[in-house]
Amino acid sequence: MYVLIIGAGKVGWNLARELIDKRHEVTVIESDPSRFGMVEEELEHSAQYGDGSELWVLERAGIERADLVLAVTGDDEDNILISQVAREKYGVARIVARCNNPRNLQHFELLGVKPVISATDLILRLIEHEVPKYGLLHLLDLPEERLEIIELEVADGSEAAGRKVKELGLPDGSLVISILRDGGGFVPTGDSIVQAGDEVLLVLDVGIESRVTERFTNRSSAAA
Amino acid sequence: MFVLIVGSGRVGSAIANSMLAEGHEVSVLDEDPEAIALLDRGQLETWEERGGRYTVGTALELDALLAAGIEEADAFVASTDGDNTNLVIAQIAKRRFNVERVVVRVLDPARARWYAEQGLQTVCPTQTAIELLEAAVRGQIRFEGVSG
Repeated sequence: MYVLIIGAGKVGWNLARELIDKRHEVTVIESDPSRFGMVEEELEHSAQYGDGSELWVLERAGIERADLVLAVTGDDEDNILISQVAREKYGVARIVARCNNPRNLQHFELLGVKPVISATDLILRLIEHEVPKYGLLHLLDLPEERLEIIELEVADGSEAAGRKVKELGLPDGSLVISILRDGGGFVPTGDSIVQAGDEVLLVLDVGIESRVTERFTNRSSAAA
Repeated sequence: MFVLIVGSGRVGSAIANSMLAEGHEVSVLDEDPEAIALLDRGQLETWEERGGRYTVGTALELDALLAAGIEEADAFVASTDGDNTNLVIAQIAKRRFNVERVVVRVLDPARARWYAEQGLQTVCPTQTAIELLEAAVRGQIRFEGVSG
């Protein structure tokens, strides 16, 4: 596979190393001269100097025959533009873009750039995961498939606490896929009992989230 | 009409001043709080005294674009010093906020050409300079002083 990486920061450089180790053909483009010098010393001909948002630089690096383009510079506007051009002008089949500021994710989305990886967003999710008192955590959104996977904590005194999975009264289009308890997890059957304090993973159709979460929250304490 | 100009450099500030003088409502967004000085240069009254709007913020931040009034804009000019920034915000103005008239400055002729083909109204000062200079060298045109 021929992989073109734009941006030889920590992300781009390490990706290049790993992919070369896996015997892929790699070119990494870097626009900062001193950074380029360091990278070239190690990666030799796999490193090219230039502004990866300039079309001729991309063409010189052979973007037309790239199987995969990784737009991983430190600037979101550059990553958006490179991804857009790679897909729409050069017809690259697979593109992965890095989003530095999670607030810019919506711009990537608006301009049809996907998939997008945001380290900040990933770390934030992990932090939320570690914080004991959260309501709901979005683990994965599948916008095309119109599905989402969420994680909920079962509140004491909620409708769900103490009930069997099949008696939870969940709306159609939702399914409990696992229950996390005491540091472990299992895939439940309809007869598994949900306990207060459990964390429950569900897959659901987009748009029914609130009807699902109300089963797991304690409405009397929420009202108070 | 209401004109939103993002990037208050030489180009952006000059357009802003002409549009304001023509009686349009003009809002300028720039990340540099000092860039307002360019709007005041050579003017008797300050930009804001003359009724201009100025917002400090990053072009890519939706909050900044909203504060600068993008929802009411009839025309949008992307004139920051970054080609990629201009191309991204112009597309945001067009696709997300449905601004009717979107103009974008792109210095790199190759990117300008390709995005023009995709339907963006693109002005490329580099290409304009190349064409004018070539014509002047061939003697096809002749101008006194500065072109334009």
